Amino acid sequence: MRTARFRRARRSGAVAVVSALALTALAACGTSSSDNGNSGTSGSGSSGPAAPLDPEAEVTITIDCMPPAAKAAELKEWKEDVEAFNEIYPNVTIEGRSTPGQCLEPPRFTAMLKARSQPDVFYTYFTDLPQVLDNDGAEDITAYVNDRTVPLLKDIDPGVLGSLKHDGRLYGLPTSNYTMGLLINRKLFQQAGLDPDDPPRTWDEVRAAAKRIAGLGDGIAGFGEYSAANTGGWHFTAHVYSLGGDIVGAGGEKAAFNDEIGKQVARNLHAMRWEDGSMGKTQLLKWGDLQKQIATDKLGMFLAAPDDIAYMVQQLGAAYENFGMGPIPGGTYTLAGGNNYMIKKGISPDKIKAAIAWLNHKNLTVGKGQFDWARTKADNLPVGVPQPNFWTGESKKKDDAARLANATMPVANFRTFMDNPVPGKAEPPKAQEIYKVLDNVMSGILTDEDADIDRLLATAASQVDQVLADR
Amino acid sequence: MPVSGLTTRTADPARRQAPPHQAVPPSGGERFARGLRRNLTAHGFLIGAVLCFAVFSWYPMIREFLLAFQKTEGGEVSWTGLDNLTTVVDDPAFWQAWRNTLLFTVLALLFGFVVPFVAAIVINEFHHAQGYLRLLVYLPVMLPPVASVLLFKYLYDPGYGLLNEVLRFLHLPEQQWLQDAALSMPSVVAAATWMNMGGAALVHLAALQGIPGELYEAAELDGAGLFRKIWHVTIPQTRLILSLMLLMQIIATMQVFVEPFLLTGGAGPQGSTTTVVHLIYQYAFNFNNYGAAAALGLLLLVLLAGFSAAYVRLGRADDR
Repeated sequence: MRTARFRRARRSGAVAVVSALALTALAACGTSSSDNGNSGTSGSGSSGPAAPLDPEAEVTITIDCMPPAAKAAELKEWKEDVEAFNEIYPNVTIEGRSTPGQCLEPPRFTAMLKARSQPDVFYTYFTDLPQVLDNDGAEDITAYVNDRTVPLLKDIDPGVLGSLKHDGRLYGLPTSNYTMGLLINRKLFQQAGLDPDDPPRTWDEVRAAAKRIAGLGDGIAGFGEYSAANTGGWHFTAHVYSLGGDIVGAGGEKAAFNDEIGKQVARNLHAMRWEDGSMGKTQLLKWGDLQKQIATDKLGMFLAAPDDIAYMVQQLGAAYENFGMGPIPGGTYTLAGGNNYMIKKGISPDKIKAAIAWLNHKNLTVGKGQFDWARTKADNLPVGVPQPNFWTGESKKKDDAARLANATMPVANFRTFMDNPVPGKAEPPKAQEIYKVLDNVMSGILTDEDADIDRLLATAASQVDQVLADR
Repeated sequence: MPVSGLTTRTADPARRQAPPHQAVPPSGGERFARGLRRNLTAHGFLIGAVLCFAVFSWYPMIREFLLAFQKTEGGEVSWTGLDNLTTVVDDPAFWQAWRNTLLFTVLALLFGFVVPFVAAIVINEFHHAQGYLRLLVYLPVMLPPVASVLLFKYLYDPGYGLLNEVLRFLHLPEQQWLQDAALSMPSVVAAATWMNMGGAALVHLAALQGIPGELYEAAELDGAGLFRKIWHVTIPQTRLILSLMLLMQIIATMQVFVEPFLLTGGAGPQGSTTTVVHLIYQYAFNFNNYGAAAALGLLLLVLLAGFSAAYVRLGRADDR
């Protein structure tokens, strides 16, 4: 009798232990996600969306892209900004989340949206808006954003704000923006007898300069281009825009690059690769590869956004003095983009107001947060890269002056880029799918000496037509 | 009348089957409860595994099946019938991806199946240093795939790569290994074979070492040479393992992703290394089209399941 009871007790104990272990394992396997509820929130935002946050409302908001510990100076600034923000809004708790490495990786971002696990305030690229809306992921903040909640709203480039709107409704607030230009290696320019203060302004000039730089030998390429991981298509688009062409026609239903401009772009690249031998032998490059080449003085020029320079200096150990920038050759249009924060659909009005107050404090106030250039300089972070560049009017004047006064790099190297702004043009619809198709054009041109350019473009155009037909 | 009660009791089959205290048979519910109690520990131990499989394996499979027939727009999920399949089949890259995947599978089997088998036979013939050779063959498997791929990226680089250095030294024309649409897939297969052959070689070796030596002795007495011994003894004796490895390799190679993704960026020159799984990845993570990704995944699943079923059926017929 005693034995049977003992056996039952032992069995029950084993089951309890196993169940507990299983549950613990499941809990450990799981991922936390931000709920839609109003945890940490009291107050209902009863004063209406246009009114600023009620100082009595206790609010906690989660936000991603807080600098990771590895970026000590940026993290210090983040904490200082939170502290300063809490002096104004002691009722708001900011819970930052950081990701080591690249903050927004498209695969992870897509999965996050699908799982609805984005934080209350989440970081996106301008081009992500359709994807976010398809997943019903962002709150319409039109009613919340005005000159009381974002006092410098009138000075934000309307084109940049336009990138964050859909059907006239606003879904995000910008943190940074870029337009693509021609990034050059000043040392190689000087070695090749070229003037680094006057980067090439036409594609013919690029070709001539690339030939001279490649003539330095030692595996140095004059000009570099991507042709893999959809980045080839992205840059083909920039080339076409620079000459006034387009990727998708006005109706949005047909490809528009199989024309004289598209052929001109393709022929020029093919000639540089195979006739001049000025684009290096290694191809199928993607984002990150050209940066490494130019940072190690193996590449003379490539199309890039200004923040590539900060990446090369901070991550690859290059020196600012070694780089310069000019406007995109051709100069008709340039590819424009940027990044921003959106607010998760379904969170409480008070949380939305707190999020907008934080974004205004951190990213949209001249002289504060990310625009506190004196502090940035004191923290040994770069000042002088012509990005972000979304201010207009008085705000632009003030910000440019502060940036210049605190510059930690020879900003004169970017003067040609700054003094010759090229109108920005957004990416085409279904950009990634079209870039996948156009990657084949770029890889065809750059890896096949006998490439049939007419056929490559015609095939790509019919494939893009098909992609657009599936919209 | 029986004289002895003992004799009577033992001779009564009804009493033997149903002792007095179990005269009433238990109901179904009781039987279930008793069975549950008896196997409580086993069920407890199963909970973790079943939950893990359910959450991380079965649920995603069911979800994928459903996604293949759904579309999400503006947060609204709707049923779309066969639209996702149509989208996938109409994609210009669809047939190219299947052609490339089949080419990879054929080449990978040609090299990836034969080379480990031959390596196993060679190692098996060595009487000394067999452990060292086994380690040597298995070493690439222990390297992280990314490290191996980067190694091959260096080997294949048209400018400073080792292979072109060798060609230059021999005064032979340089090759654009990964950048030539005709050479890119064989180059990827060579890298994949090197990276993965160790595991297969060890399995083959284990099978070879299970073949009784008398069979070879008998074959030798019959005058069989090396190739006849392999053909008439080795292959028939390892047929089961060979078939299993063939099936597993076909299933694995049809799902190739890492090697082309890292070596050529996925698509390769003019799409020459775009595989079906790479296309699935593009749909899901670059185009945000989970429906199309699920539909293509479903097509791959059906093909591989069909292949596996045909294989099992053929195997059974062969056994009969």
